[in-house]
Amino acid sequence: MAEKKIKIIVAKPGLDGHDRGAKLLSRIFAEAGMEVVYTGLRQTPEMIAETALQEDADVVGLSSLSGVHNYFFPMVVKTLKGKGLDDVLIVGGGIIPKEDIPDLKKAGIAEIFGPGTKTDEIVDFIKKNVRS
Amino acid sequence: MFDKNELEKIKQKKEEWEKGTLEKTLSKRGEQRKEFTSISGIPYKRCYTPLEVADLDYNNQLGYPGEYPYTRGVQPTMYRGRYWTMRQYAGFGSAKETNARYRYLLDQGQTGLSVAFHLPTQAGYDSDHPLSMGEVGKVGAAIDSIEDMRVLFDQIPLDKVTTSMTINAPATALLAMYLAVAEEQGVSWDKVGGTIQNDVLKEIICRGQYIYPPKPTMRLTVDLIEFCQKQVPRWNSISISGYHIRESGSTAAQEMAFTIADGIAYAQACVERGMDVDKFAGRLSFFFNCFTNVIEEVAKFRAGRRYWAKVMKERFGAKDPRSMMLRYHVQTGGVTLTAQQPLNNIVRVGLQTFAAALGGCQSLHTNSYDEALCLPTQEAVTVALRTQQIVAEESGATLTIDPLAGCYLIEEMTDKIEAEIDEYIKKIDEIGGTLTAIDQGYIQKEIQNSSYRFQKEIESGDRVYVGINKYTMEEEPPKNLLKVDMALGEIEAEKLKKLRAERDQGAWQKALDHLREVSKTDENVMPAVIEAVKAKATVGEVCDVWRDVFGEYRPKEFI
Repeated sequence: MAEKKIKIIVAKPGLDGHDRGAKLLSRIFAEAGMEVVYTGLRQTPEMIAETALQEDADVVGLSSLSGVHNYFFPMVVKTLKGKGLDDVLIVGGGIIPKEDIPDLKKAGIAEIFGPGTKTDEIVDFIKKNVRS
Repeated sequence: MFDKNELEKIKQKKEEWEKGTLEKTLSKRGEQRKEFTSISGIPYKRCYTPLEVADLDYNNQLGYPGEYPYTRGVQPTMYRGRYWTMRQYAGFGSAKETNARYRYLLDQGQTGLSVAFHLPTQAGYDSDHPLSMGEVGKVGAAIDSIEDMRVLFDQIPLDKVTTSMTINAPATALLAMYLAVAEEQGVSWDKVGGTIQNDVLKEIICRGQYIYPPKPTMRLTVDLIEFCQKQVPRWNSISISGYHIRESGSTAAQEMAFTIADGIAYAQACVERGMDVDKFAGRLSFFFNCFTNVIEEVAKFRAGRRYWAKVMKERFGAKDPRSMMLRYHVQTGGVTLTAQQPLNNIVRVGLQTFAAALGGCQSLHTNSYDEALCLPTQEAVTVALRTQQIVAEESGATLTIDPLAGCYLIEEMTDKIEAEIDEYIKKIDEIGGTLTAIDQGYIQKEIQNSSYRFQKEIESGDRVYVGINKYTMEEEPPKNLLKVDMALGEIEAEKLKKLRAERDQGAWQKALDHLREVSKTDENVMPAVIEAVKAKATVGEVCDVWRDVFGEYRPKEFI
């Protein structure tokens, strides 16, 4: 029996249109054997959480390059928890100043990956930390 | 370029060199790598000679500056007459804060303005819309109504500066506000100069700030072009943009090819509207990226100029020389900047600026070294502007026109890139045109494949990126990052509440109703939009009318 595939939602919260990273990672995750759902742009926390619920996702990856991470990322965590999705691994990336990272982690984001991160590193982190 | 005997001698000498001097060194020590390629993957030969340009037909392929096919530049004197316009894209927070930054930049010798709108404005939402939460004033200025536009240009005479506005799907609404403010300043529309991006196709391809489906959004684009042609003659009514195509991962040749494909689609739409090509084509302007490989970028600009001139002359039958000129703004490559060792970005931007100058741009924005970390601070913005001034005044790049012309490598690469552009345009024609190619995801997939290839090269270490995969080091977290006040959302929402309560309800309703009626017909919407914004209709309200009439675009995702 093959191992159950990790299911990941790659999401773009807010109005940010920079999706090069999100699309690239979607492809990398698929190549790493994960099942990927890319939401497209302009997602509200509610839409992202609903997709995670419908798809029974193991991981939610958030991407933001417009400076709204401090607002949106914690909102997504809250909305996911509100739907009872307590054990979904949530990671984020984009243009995120290092000084914002401690608060984002406190809010429930497992890890933040900044510009220049190797994609292997992200894949490894997910594989190690996803629910079993 | 050379006579046959001369070429024969050069060829002979080359063979001798290869077998002799070169072989001697290669047998002792190989080269650093098997293949040398540009960042876009264009292979480089070891050494270029006249043999590479043996077939170059000088008069027909290069010619003279200001003359067809414009390979060497669109103006006869280029920077000897006047430097490019130094135009820094700026905007953050409220209209008031942005106005202060503009006045600072103008005081520092900047010669044109370039408005960055925050994402809600770009997506056609007001600051108090639920989707605007967290975004207000973040990546640009919060402009909801004519009142904000008035503050944005307070004490800036609109007949003295030219303004560029990065706004696309809602472009008609923002241009309407700008024209209304000019009128209030006593400046007639024929004195107003500037550029509006108005390029909705690249929003669908890669930038993401679309609102309406391709057909109605193209109609708004053409309405604006047609209106400006008649009433705002100094206005560049579209800025067809390759910048974002490149940022999202394309190669240099793809950037030029897909931008020209978009340009063909707009020109075609204008012709179908019944406009005479020589009446509008001179006001089509372009916007490109510029990466760090100087030669490749210069070749891209030269190839693009030559190809566009042919497209306008041969495909569209343009007669006016101005219709055939690829006039463009450049922004240095945002995506080339690293968050690691950010001061290194000053060097990258310096080289990119040098390339843009050697390539013959008409205006230029230089990125700030801290932009992979945050919105640029005033210090970083100043260095970026000074970079342009150093290249213009000190480097020598501006002393003569098209300085690299005749360089064997440059001429060969110009030809190669032009050939690649031509292949793409033919392929897109075969598919059924730009809109069909976008609808099928052809253009998006080509870009994504290049982006993927590049990422793999970086991760394998095959392509070096300083500070990313080589010469890395531990760093202190950067300090003094620019932050936008989160409370701005509430302040802007309050302002909107007040505006909505105090405006003349009757006039406002009447103007919006009229806009709705006009939008359902084939009539040009611009006069009705101007009337609506004067009656204090907001960006969101104007855009909502069209959301009702046209519907909203939902893209297919191609991964």
